[in-house]
Amino acid sequence: MAKIFVLVEHRQGRLRDITFEMLTKANELTEKTDAETTAVLLGNNIVEHAKTLTEYAKTVLLVQDPKLENFNSEAYRKILAKLITEHKPSLVMMGHTSYGIELAPRLATALGTPLATDCLDLTFEADGLAVTRQMYGGKVNVKAMLRKAETYMTTVRQATFTAEKPATPPNGQIAEVPSLLTEEIAEKRFLQYVLPPSGGVDITAAEKLIGIGRGIKDQTNMSMIEELAKTLGAVLACSRPIVDKGWLPSDRQVGSSGKTVKPKLYLALGISGAFQHVLGMKSSDLIIAVNKDPKAPIFSFADYGIVEDLFKIVPALKGKIYELKGQKA
Amino acid sequence: MDVVVCVKHVPETAEAELRIDKTGKAIEKTSLVFDINEWDDYALEEAVRIREKQGGTVTVITVGAQDSESTLRKCLARGADTAIRLTDPKFENSDAYAIAKILHSAIKNLHYDLILLGAQAGDDGSAMVGPILAEMLNIPHATMTKKIELNTGTAKVNRELEGGLEEQLEIKLPALFAVQTGINEPRYVSIMGIRKAMQKEIKVMGLADTGLTEADVGPAGSWTTIEKLYVPPVEKQAEFLKGTPEEIATKIADIVKSRGLI
Ligand SMILES: Cc1cc2nc3c(=O)[nH]c(=O)nc-3n(C[C@H](O)[C@H](O)[C@H](O)COP(=O)(O)OP(=O)(O)OC[C@H]3O[C@@H](n4cnc5c(N)ncnc54)[C@H](O)[C@@H]3O)c2cc1C
Ligand SMILES: Nc1ncnc2c1ncn2[C@@H]1O[C@H](COP(=O)(O)O)[C@@H](O)[C@H]1O
Repeated sequence: MAKIFVLVEHRQGRLRDITFEMLTKANELTEKTDAETTAVLLGNNIVEHAKTLTEYAKTVLLVQDPKLENFNSEAYRKILAKLITEHKPSLVMMGHTSYGIELAPRLATALGTPLATDCLDLTFEADGLAVTRQMYGGKVNVKAMLRKAETYMTTVRQATFTAEKPATPPNGQIAEVPSLLTEEIAEKRFLQYVLPPSGGVDITAAEKLIGIGRGIKDQTNMSMIEELAKTLGAVLACSRPIVDKGWLPSDRQVGSSGKTVKPKLYLALGISGAFQHVLGMKSSDLIIAVNKDPKAPIFSFADYGIVEDLFKIVPALKGKIYELKGQKA
Repeated sequence: MDVVVCVKHVPETAEAELRIDKTGKAIEKTSLVFDINEWDDYALEEAVRIREKQGGTVTVITVGAQDSESTLRKCLARGADTAIRLTDPKFENSDAYAIAKILHSAIKNLHYDLILLGAQAGDDGSAMVGPILAEMLNIPHATMTKKIELNTGTAKVNRELEGGLEEQLEIKLPALFAVQTGINEPRYVSIMGIRKAMQKEIKVMGLADTGLTEADVGPAGSWTTIEKLYVPPVEKQAEFLKGTPEEIATKIADIVKSRGLI
């Protein structure tokens, strides 16, 4: 029986959403090809996770070892190389997450298995596996074929497939496999989790957010935006480059490596709408985006779009809001 | 500390209008401005800072056409000591896997304590050259690196996880780290740097110098081949507000007010 392997992602006692997204996609693929979905779960004291996964996968391959307490790509690589060689799955799926990015390319190289990363879709075709990816920061989609092989490997983008519990539960079996790790991985050791210091403002609690991006160009332009925020009673949030430059503290960053926000208003100024940013704000009630590039991806997520120079809109808008507030008072 | 930095010469596309070319498999590049890949800029800065603190050398290396020379010059001006350009028509249309093989063929003959790369290339966004190269060189690696603290024989690194969380690892040297943006603040090029860079020589290598065969590189040596490029389908399109800035501002303010937010 052909198998699709899904590498289960979990951290600090929680199964991560990407796991269920991948399992849903794997089940969709196996339905069409009479293959079977196998969840591969590595960790320590995680039988509860394994039980949860039996509701999504026919088989849960479980490896438990105190040395797997925290993710370690080298430990995972050793164990997965053996499991993949033994089971010869037609496809191995991992998240295009910090874990998948660390592990997949190295494992694929060791096994000689073709790999495509950050996939938005996967389809088995006559000549092999076809994938959909993006290039140039999401401005172009790509259909690519993987070199024909017995096993393909992919990492898939987060929040791309919608997680759904199978209508007919697969009543999966848990198959526990002994860990082959004889000692700690000496060349790469997990020390601890670190949370960057808080800047004191909780953007997830704000009703109105103004999100600023690289389009604001220079730190001296910050004051103009701050004035608008003050007039509107909004809190400043931002895309990653603004934090990288040190213009705002890291807890103001919206996106996959920052915060997920859901304000009543998200006003995006000079933000292109890269997937990693959008992931953190697309559920906002009202999204208004100002960007001088009519093709900016942010316009596919915004309710209202303005193709203009933000430096023309910001002062005018500040004036208008000031006026409206005056009328109200 | 001898540090090797892999840099890619990529088009700046955030503000550019992209057109798919006649082959349907690439974008038109003639009107685009090329520069060092954003992530590699941080990798180079990190390498130069390490050299400034501990001594040693910084070697930058790229796989690219002849015009990637400008990115190497920029790196030399910013403090790299030597540069290697791997150029061959046969290298064209290599995917990240084939590029990693080409880089490996040159780097395996260099002395290094540390190899730094960007977390991903802004054009293909594969985020895989680093770990592949580490496997080929048989050295430990870390990706998404936000902090590097060097000690004797080991490095303490912070890796970025999701949602603002990081993990700290201890890794034995020599090692390869793929760095994430924000790890440092890249410096500007100084006039002195530019002058010095002009005198430095860039070593050029082709397929014959790598010990690889035609089957190892280009589409033949790749894991993936591009079938076609297309404009991403828009599931939803914003309603565009038009007019003078004043008129637009009025419209925005009215919408926001109608939601009871003013
Ligand atoms: C692993 C990983 C995690 C990441 N996590 C995050 C994350 O959590 N959050 C995040 O935001 N990013 C994240 N990123 C980065 C992300 O991929 C993008 O690089 C980033 O979001 C781009 O920010 P930006 O839109 O501000 O800049 P750009 O993409 O450079 O866009 C700037 C925009 O401003 C517009 N503009 C310029 N001038 C003006 C003007 N005068 N008026 C109006 N518009 C103007 C331009 O047309 C352009 O669209 C991550 C990347 C990686 C690889
Ligand atoms: N053609 C290239 N030449 C040199 N380095 C490269 C090249 N392509 C990718 N890299 C390096 O690998 C990193 C990750 O690229 P990628 O895996 O293509 O996303 C980049 O940030 C560079 O440091």
